[in-house]
Amino acid sequence: MSVSSGKIKILLKLFASLRLGRFDAAYREYDRGISVAGVIRIEGLPEKEVTLMLVNGRHVECDHTLADGDTLALFPPLGGG
Amino acid sequence: MDKILRIDMGAKGGPKMTESPAGDYAGLGGRAMTSSIISAEVPPLCHALGQDNKLVIAPGLLTGSAAVMSGRLSIGCKSPLTGTIKESNSGGQAGIAMARHGYAAIVLEGKPEGSDLYKIVINDKGVSIKVDNSLKMLTNYDLIDKMKGEFGEKIACISIGPAGEMKMGAASIAVTDMELRPSRHAGRGGVGAVMGSKGVKVIVFDTSGLKMRQPKEPDKFREANKKFTEGLKSHPVTGKGLPAYGTSVLTNILNEAGGYPTRNFKTGAFEGASAISGETYADLETKRGGLATHGCHTGCVIQCSGTFVDKNGKFVSKQPEYETVWAHGGNCGISDPDAIAKIDFLDDTYGLDTIEMGVAIGVAMDAGVIPFGDAEGAIRLVNEVGKGTPLGRILGSGAEVTGKAFGVERIPVVKHQSIPAYDPRAVQGMGVTYATSTMGADHTVGYAVTANILKVGGFVDPLKPDGQVELSRNLQIATAAIDSTGMCLFIAFAVLDQPETFQALLDLLNSFYGLSLTGDDVTALGKKILTMERDFNKRAGFTAQHDRLPAYFSKIPLPPHNVTFQVKDEDLDKVFNF
Repeated sequence: MSVSSGKIKILLKLFASLRLGRFDAAYREYDRGISVAGVIRIEGLPEKEVTLMLVNGRHVECDHTLADGDTLALFPPLGGG
Repeated sequence: MDKILRIDMGAKGGPKMTESPAGDYAGLGGRAMTSSIISAEVPPLCHALGQDNKLVIAPGLLTGSAAVMSGRLSIGCKSPLTGTIKESNSGGQAGIAMARHGYAAIVLEGKPEGSDLYKIVINDKGVSIKVDNSLKMLTNYDLIDKMKGEFGEKIACISIGPAGEMKMGAASIAVTDMELRPSRHAGRGGVGAVMGSKGVKVIVFDTSGLKMRQPKEPDKFREANKKFTEGLKSHPVTGKGLPAYGTSVLTNILNEAGGYPTRNFKTGAFEGASAISGETYADLETKRGGLATHGCHTGCVIQCSGTFVDKNGKFVSKQPEYETVWAHGGNCGISDPDAIAKIDFLDDTYGLDTIEMGVAIGVAMDAGVIPFGDAEGAIRLVNEVGKGTPLGRILGSGAEVTGKAFGVERIPVVKHQSIPAYDPRAVQGMGVTYATSTMGADHTVGYAVTANILKVGGFVDPLKPDGQVELSRNLQIATAAIDSTGMCLFIAFAVLDQPETFQALLDLLNSFYGLSLTGDDVTALGKKILTMERDFNKRAGFTAQHDRLPAYFSKIPLPPHNVTFQVKDEDLDKVFNF
């Protein structure tokens, strides 16, 4: 699927409580240059509850800029073991 | 909780009991107690299944009190699996019962001649020990049903299944939970085999009329308990994530982070992870009428467990833990949550460590005994272990023996014990813990997943070697101390992040015993325990060269990040420089 100019396509995955009333995983289009914080805002996710952010399997901070084709995984605080 | 019960199982004319004040061991609990007795009294070069080894069972310092989360008990011995000192701890109700009966430790010593099997019963009249050969080769669930028939519902039990009687390296010791199910286990290191070698099938504690242990300073204790509870409830992990999704909530994040060991540690991501995630298990439990939020012992406010039922609402097992779901799931290429729950029940009832069994089956799959992904085959193999067939005996001896028997090169063990659910290449702090732990590969003793993956207690990049030694060192010290208090280790998520919750834990200990411990004293206790354990292992023949991961972790890169374990040997040797 082609992406219109100025847009990027990412795979957004939500886990644990962030899924409730939303979705597990979906391809989304955003403006080029968008940060992880931007995605959280646009998707209406509770900012304080999104504490673990992985882009392509690596931890990032919320100011991380996303690139076309990235996988962004968002988690609330987790523990176990 | 000031007396020690010793039972010499090898005494002439039958087992001989002695009860004495704690003496030199007064003021110790949990792991501090078990490791002190083992290091002082067990010859490090003895055979772990021989007469000179001892099995020490000890509740924590606060177990049996009103302190929340304090129900754990420690079981120590020289491990028949690792050859090192061993402390394996468990939740369930028996620690509380034992502490309220006044025992700081029960020590099983010597070795009986012959093949009689014994039942120990502890009630308000005292201790009795009797031969009961009708219990031979009973599974844990059948055994507990029999004990309920004999003694009623007001009991708590510590027991072994057939695996312990067969003295297998993967044999666990079961502890009954609040529903009197033998679902909580001191799993690791073959402690069940040592109990089996002593000829003891079950210890039954009568719980009727038992009184809570009382603090020296009740007002302060009550206040500290309140603050401690508030701290646990307000922390998002202990207050929200663990109750809702259980420990398997980790499946997805480890998988996303590329650190979820898949098909005998071939890759770090499993395409079937979602089907066996904490989210899926919680969803199934809720839809089918099981229970997604449940505690394993009285006084638990985290409630990370649950009850798993089948499509018809019939009990299958307690909610399988993350490690179990990984070992029998992703590690074996299996993504069927029902099959994994069924295996969890089989492990519990045969009395097997779910980690050792899952890793052993993964190694067997690697050798082509059955294919990866064969859930029915895996169930069949666990049943072979329970029956003690020749193949079952090999698997039940653990991953290393299995790998040797089938000529497998990639055997994920350290000091003969299976590496659990975090690949040391993609979670390098865990690699340091596995390599250097006094227990063999063990995740609980220095849970670097906190800072490596979960961003609890800071962040240390999991894919790089920097900072991992210090991280593992500090966690190993703190854990040794926590394992002595009777507290569930999951309090650490809140304690690491919230200084006031750590202070509340100190206040609980201080007000209970009339002490004035500081954080430094807790650190000193942790160091003392580790030093004692390291010394035992040294005398048992362990050197710096044993503090290493299998070589392939440094040579074969792990997809998807294509990383190898990068921490240098000379840095591993610095973990215990304190």
